[in-house]
Amino acid sequence: MAATVTQNAITLKGSTEIVAEFFMYGINSILYQRGIYPPETFTRAQKYGLTLLVTTDEQLKKYLNEVISQIKEWLFNMTVKKLVVVIRSIDTNEVLERWQFDVECDKTALTESKPREKSEKEISKEIGSVIRQITASVTFLPLLESACEFDLLVYTDKNLEVPEAWGESGPQFIANSEEVRLRTFTTTIHKVDTMVAYKKSD
Amino acid sequence: MNHFSLENEISSAVRMDAPITRGPALRWQRKMNESGADASTSGNILNVSCGPSKTPMKSMNRSMTQSKTPSTGSSASKTPKSGGKSKTPNKPKTPIGGDRFIPNRSTTQFELGYYKLTTENAGQPDEENLDLMSPSKMEYQKIMSENLHGDLLNSKIISYKSKAPGAPEGYHNGLKVLYSSCKTPIINAKKTVRHIPQVPERILDAPEVLDDYYLNLLDWSANNQLAVCLGGSVYLWNASTGDITQLLQLETSEEYVGAVAWVKEGNYLAVGCSTGEVQLWDIAQEKRLRNMTGHVARVGSLSWNGPILSSGSRSGNIHHHDVRMVEHHVGTFSGHSQEVCGLKWSPDGRYLASGGNDNLLNIWGANVTDTSPQPTYVFSQHLAAVKALAWCPWQPSVLASGGGTADRHIRFWNCATGSCLDSVDTKSQVCAILWSKEYKELISSHGFALNQLTIWKYPTMTKVAELTGHSSRVLHMAMSPDGSTVVSAGADETLRLWKCFALDEEKKKAMKSVSKDKHNPITQRSLIR
Repeated sequence: MAATVTQNAITLKGSTEIVAEFFMYGINSILYQRGIYPPETFTRAQKYGLTLLVTTDEQLKKYLNEVISQIKEWLFNMTVKKLVVVIRSIDTNEVLERWQFDVECDKTALTESKPREKSEKEISKEIGSVIRQITASVTFLPLLESACEFDLLVYTDKNLEVPEAWGESGPQFIANSEEVRLRTFTTTIHKVDTMVAYKKSD
Repeated sequence: MNHFSLENEISSAVRMDAPITRGPALRWQRKMNESGADASTSGNILNVSCGPSKTPMKSMNRSMTQSKTPSTGSSASKTPKSGGKSKTPNKPKTPIGGDRFIPNRSTTQFELGYYKLTTENAGQPDEENLDLMSPSKMEYQKIMSENLHGDLLNSKIISYKSKAPGAPEGYHNGLKVLYSSCKTPIINAKKTVRHIPQVPERILDAPEVLDDYYLNLLDWSANNQLAVCLGGSVYLWNASTGDITQLLQLETSEEYVGAVAWVKEGNYLAVGCSTGEVQLWDIAQEKRLRNMTGHVARVGSLSWNGPILSSGSRSGNIHHHDVRMVEHHVGTFSGHSQEVCGLKWSPDGRYLASGGNDNLLNIWGANVTDTSPQPTYVFSQHLAAVKALAWCPWQPSVLASGGGTADRHIRFWNCATGSCLDSVDTKSQVCAILWSKEYKELISSHGFALNQLTIWKYPTMTKVAELTGHSSRVLHMAMSPDGSTVVSAGADETLRLWKCFALDEEKKKAMKSVSKDKHNPITQRSLIR
């Protein structure tokens, strides 16, 4: 009985882990599905009841780990508001796609240490459906014909002290864009809204 | 005018608090009424304003413009000239139309004004133009910016300074295939998927064909004749006419034929015997031309390279015979420790591939007279005897090789670089391999469990078709000179002819017309017009 109780409890730390993990798999899925990196540099992994593709490129892995570990800290402090994956054409430097993860934090969890009631299974199911939508997005997103690169932007609280390795950036919006909202999931502490904006084809 | 006076009487009687000055006024008023003042004006007004005045007309005018309150008017009766001004204190909020504006301090709410000014400044310190905009415009702008930026003003946007590594040089997004319309793939699919008959076109009996993996008992000549070794005899089947002739019969019943190979032109047949002899037969005359000895064990594989005939023996040696010379034995390759069961010269004659029961695949150069020859490459990846060998007709240095029961793999080699290009597990013993001349495909024949022939797409190595029918392992294969038909010989003592690489009729026609047009530019021009 005790085991089930602990399984269904979500602490701030656990919630942070879940959201950070979602970011990791979500970004990997976007990079694979949108063909930013060659498909042969990805390997299969089982997660959220799905077969997901994660990169095997050492440099890319290192970059993602560094960024996500920093975001994890901010998730824990609840100072992060958004994470944005910007996909830019290398040739024209034009932003073609913008994946936005809005994070809503329940700040009461900062003070009270009482864990919330929600089963991990349920959360993982919710996340699974978001990832599935990311996978399905190739059906409506326009083809990225030129070679592209990606960047990660983080929206944080105004008074956050920016670490050495990070620099301020513009929002990098897409002129003339179409937006599609994807599903939302919540750990009861962090609520993550997913949205993709892409350049309207003319 | 009596009714006026009566009225005044009543009103003064009722209004007990009226000023006392009323009394005398009534008296001169009465006098004035009697003197016949203007009857058209209202009596009450006249009574009040004209009272103090000696010029009734003047005071009458003034009263018309100013006063409707007779009782107060009379109180100011001591200064009749300034009657207009003296009345202003009674009506302070409606100043008369003058040429000066005197602000009314009590109406201006200084506290509220001060508060609003200070809070506005504190609230939006950055927006300098704010007070120039109308409130509605400000509101609009606020909503717009919220829509566009979210709560941009309250957050920082930061990004990691070291950026993600770019995709490798020259990488191109391959997702285009997902976006291409469905029309073109269907057309392509029509072209690629052709009908492959699942049953053999013809079945021939091959009694007493030896069930021996290490022999090569079939070959099809350029003249469309199929040579088949049945025990100790060699039969020729003319594929054009269907005639069967027995070419030879070995002398004793213990002897058997281990290999046959047609020279490129198709007029001579080389025959390898269990005694180690290699014979050369003239087909037109049905006569043996030469008997070349040298091998100490049976000859199970033969291959021609121009006038050079190479023969592989159970001893592991490969002998090269120049059939034009009396001293026919011009060279020996010793690279195998066990029987040589696969032997093939490449189409361009630059390489000789030999496979042995020692699981080795050797690639040799073309210099057959070398005194101490060494194989260019030795491939030891196969885990069983290497019998099935075939050179790719369109890629000069690509070789396909198949392994026996313990190996079951088809492997592809680039013999120019010595690299293994690909390997595929066929799940069954590989007995023979042939490349199609027409399609980018190859066919392999197999043993247990299905005894099938498998057609593969190259280089993807996806299965195109599986041809089943043999009831025992399919040991040998040969291809017709036009490339359309494959003959297979099984241990079940049958020969089956499969028309699996049939040329597309439409394609044929198109090619014919193209070649015709090429020869005759005049017709081409006329067609355009």
